[in-house]
Amino acid sequence: MLGEGILKGLWETAKNFTGSYVSADRLTTVEYPEQRIAPIEATRDFPFLVFDEENRDGGDPVWEAGLRCVACQICEKECPPKCIYIERSKDKKLDYLGKAQYYPARFDIDISVCMSCQICVEVCPFDAIKMDTEFELSTTDRFGGLLLDREQLAKPNEYYHKIHPAEAAGVDAHLAEEKVKADAKAKAAAEAKLAAEAKAAADAAAKATGEGA
Amino acid sequence: MSATLDQIFVLLQHWLVSFLPAVLQPFVSVLLGVVVIIGLFPALFAFAVWMERKGLGRIQNRLGPNRVGPFGLLQPIADGIKSLTKEDIVPLSADVVVHFLAPLVLVVAVFMGFAVLPMGRNMVLVDMDAGLLFYFAMGASTELSIFMAGWSSRNKYSLLGAMRAVAQMISYEVPLLMSSVAVVMIAGTLSLTKIVAAQNSYSGVFPHWYIFTPWGLAGFLMYVVSSMAETNRSPFDLPEGESELVAGYFTEYSGFKFALFFLGEYLAMFSISGLGTVLFLGGWSAPFSFLTWVPSWIWFFSKLMMSISVFIWIRGTLPRLRQDQLMNFAWKFVLPMTLLNLFVAALWRFLGEGWERWVICSVILLLAYVVLGRTGMREGKFGPRRYRYAE
Amino acid sequence: MTDSYRVGALANDKNKLEGWNRPPVIEPDGEGELLEVAMGPHHPSTHGVFRMDIALDGERVIRLKPVFGYLHRNHEKIGEANSYLASMPYTDRLDYICSLTNNWAYALAVEKLAGQAVPERAEYLRVILGELTRVQNHASSIGFLIQEMGASGTPLMYAYREREKILDLFEAITGSRMMCNYMRFGGCRVDATPAWLDAARKVVAGLPGFVDEVDRLLSSNEILMARTQGVGILRPELAINAGVTGPMLRASGVDYDIRKVDHYSIYDRFNFRVPLGDHWDVYDRFMVRMLEMRESIKILEQALREIPGGPIMDPKAKIRGFRPKPGEAYGRIEAPKGELGFYLISDGGPNPYRYRVRPPSLINLTVLEDMALGENVADVVLIFGSVDIVLGEVDR
Repeated sequence: MLGEGILKGLWETAKNFTGSYVSADRLTTVEYPEQRIAPIEATRDFPFLVFDEENRDGGDPVWEAGLRCVACQICEKECPPKCIYIERSKDKKLDYLGKAQYYPARFDIDISVCMSCQICVEVCPFDAIKMDTEFELSTTDRFGGLLLDREQLAKPNEYYHKIHPAEAAGVDAHLAEEKVKADAKAKAAAEAKLAAEAKAAADAAAKATGEGA
Repeated sequence: MSATLDQIFVLLQHWLVSFLPAVLQPFVSVLLGVVVIIGLFPALFAFAVWMERKGLGRIQNRLGPNRVGPFGLLQPIADGIKSLTKEDIVPLSADVVVHFLAPLVLVVAVFMGFAVLPMGRNMVLVDMDAGLLFYFAMGASTELSIFMAGWSSRNKYSLLGAMRAVAQMISYEVPLLMSSVAVVMIAGTLSLTKIVAAQNSYSGVFPHWYIFTPWGLAGFLMYVVSSMAETNRSPFDLPEGESELVAGYFTEYSGFKFALFFLGEYLAMFSISGLGTVLFLGGWSAPFSFLTWVPSWIWFFSKLMMSISVFIWIRGTLPRLRQDQLMNFAWKFVLPMTLLNLFVAALWRFLGEGWERWVICSVILLLAYVVLGRTGMREGKFGPRRYRYAE
Repeated sequence: MTDSYRVGALANDKNKLEGWNRPPVIEPDGEGELLEVAMGPHHPSTHGVFRMDIALDGERVIRLKPVFGYLHRNHEKIGEANSYLASMPYTDRLDYICSLTNNWAYALAVEKLAGQAVPERAEYLRVILGELTRVQNHASSIGFLIQEMGASGTPLMYAYREREKILDLFEAITGSRMMCNYMRFGGCRVDATPAWLDAARKVVAGLPGFVDEVDRLLSSNEILMARTQGVGILRPELAINAGVTGPMLRASGVDYDIRKVDHYSIYDRFNFRVPLGDHWDVYDRFMVRMLEMRESIKILEQALREIPGGPIMDPKAKIRGFRPKPGEAYGRIEAPKGELGFYLISDGGPNPYRYRVRPPSLINLTVLEDMALGENVADVVLIFGSVDIVLGEVDR
């Protein structure tokens, strides 16, 4: 009959109207600055650079010394919108594995260009770049304010643990494993070196004795 | 005490006027009434806008305005300030004079209608014998302003909107009048105060409102439909149909002129709801005999706000009709129903007291509704469908 | 119309081919001038920036010329300049309402090109996310359609209420609500935790209630039926010849669903039906979308019940230095809006030699004029809404 569907619809909206006063299911609004939704762990927006605090070194600022980034420039190359700019250092520094590595003399990310795709994170072999969850980044300076440099990007490993606990734990375990492996390798190398040196010394001695004889 | 409270505004007016010389008294007393109406209804407009935004929000599972003042109550004031500070843009090729006059004509014409509405016992600005006639005369002149706005803007959307508005308002004026004529036939008067007085009696605790009769109910429903079309409210908001015509006839208006159109639309809604209240819902009379101690003006305004809520509820639910369907609906469904309703009202009058007239009148109206509805749906070739699936 | 058209059947039947021609040009009534209205690019209901140059006789549409390209971003050329992987996040931006299905189509094309296998669990995750995308796309497209009919946004808000829950699921697994960038060549980027699967089950359990609610609110509404039935008729012959796909084509009575035709991914394992329209109008498109939502919910229930354990990335898959051997491939899926295809030519280098998108939105839009001629100007908006386009995909 004419009007039946309209009445059904009116009933449905009336149910929603009253429902919005009694059930949270029917009133999903979150009044943002005062209320916030619980953060979702997987959330990503812009990248940041991880540094290890324990890795401090003399007079350098902590963040600079502990940066995991070795300026390999893979992320710069893979970044789809090309928003990363890296300048490799001239000298080398010891990284957490105790290996001498380059470090980024400059590392800029233009977050007005960045599209938060996470590809830099995926391709990074050193777990040096990770995604942040901080989204309140508005600024009055459209160009300079959104171009983040090394210092603004660097964040401690603890912060990474705070925003992505599960992922960070995995990364730490992986790094520890690498370190153990590297240590073992270094030890083996050192032993080999020692052995080689001993051998060389022995050889030299033998040679000397040979010559002397 | 309750009698004093009931008449408090009337007494206040008399008291204020009594300070003046006798020559000035009638003039000032009318002026006072005008000032009150011009002050009160825009205030009510602000409240209704807040209510609409809140109500629509709740219907749509949102909160609605909630930032300005407690519960967003000051939102209309913020809106008002905003519209006042905006630049008043007039298109270069617009007819400047008509463009300027259109919103004024609308607001003035709408305000005139309030003059004859009884808003409480003895609370009517002009107690005219032909009040209803005056009201409709004034209501019809709003079409002029809408056409002025649409024509003078020199905008295609405005023009289309104005064309639609004029066609729609003229078509729905007829059923609006016809559904009121049924009341006039029963009450035997065109005076709105007398129509209210005719309904202000009780059998048991229940009032003798016209809506509680078969012809009254049918007339009321037709009245509601026509009044929604008359005030350009959803689902009949084609003249300003946002998704098609941007904003219809007031596309080219900005700032305070835009606000005036907005005000005019809401005032028209108030006045037409007020008239509906007077005609079918007993005006200022109490809904139960044991509630007569509550001041009459409270009843009038609460009924008014109730009808506004229904307007909002319908707006939150229904999509918009199309122009030809709107016209078909007016001329092929609403108008025949109102005409039949006149006949039924006459029957009701002459069948005398007793249960028979209830049965006869209800059956006639229901039958007509079903038949007209069915034919309408068949002619429009629409109805529920079944769907098949691929094997 | 009882027989459903299968693609290819028409080529053998000369009689049926007659209908493919454009409909006769509508003549104005004679008196007066035509009113030319430019609807858009900043019109409230053009879904972004799209223009329709309409010639009106009264309120009847005599001519309609769609104008688009305002949102052109050089997507295909960027795809050719970027590595295969770097194009993945760009596909999110094609049809930004359903980024996951865009990812899927692109991943499918590249996997075809490189002969890459996908593990079982990854296929299940793709199906789950793809069908969730379909549900939220159809829900919001219905909302937009009714919004264009002037219902002050109520159904749209209900659709967004449910979409919010689905987007939260997306964010919990992919890290982003709309720009998911989730699929990789040979699997998916991150695995779903058991907690996520439980959350997904909970959301899916709530979806039938939502569809019922919208059904009660709209399907039998007289105004909606009067507005949409018999409006914007798209004949199946024309639909097939114009290459229209997706719910639009099925609403025109053609049984063509790539999930059933191509048997891609693991859709063979699920039990679902394909709803078809018999009247070819806007109401059919609306109802087909409603019914498809129900079928998608059925697929979701099955997939969430059966999802196996295992890896989500093929061990042979490469993230960096991905260079498929020279060749070409066309990968297509049934995206919520129709057939979404990616055509790739590889010359063995790190980036495709040719990268081409077959966007369903654009191709479905080509029949707009044919559907709108002779209709009321108010219905043009409605017909346009029933095509269900996203300008990001039309203009690329």
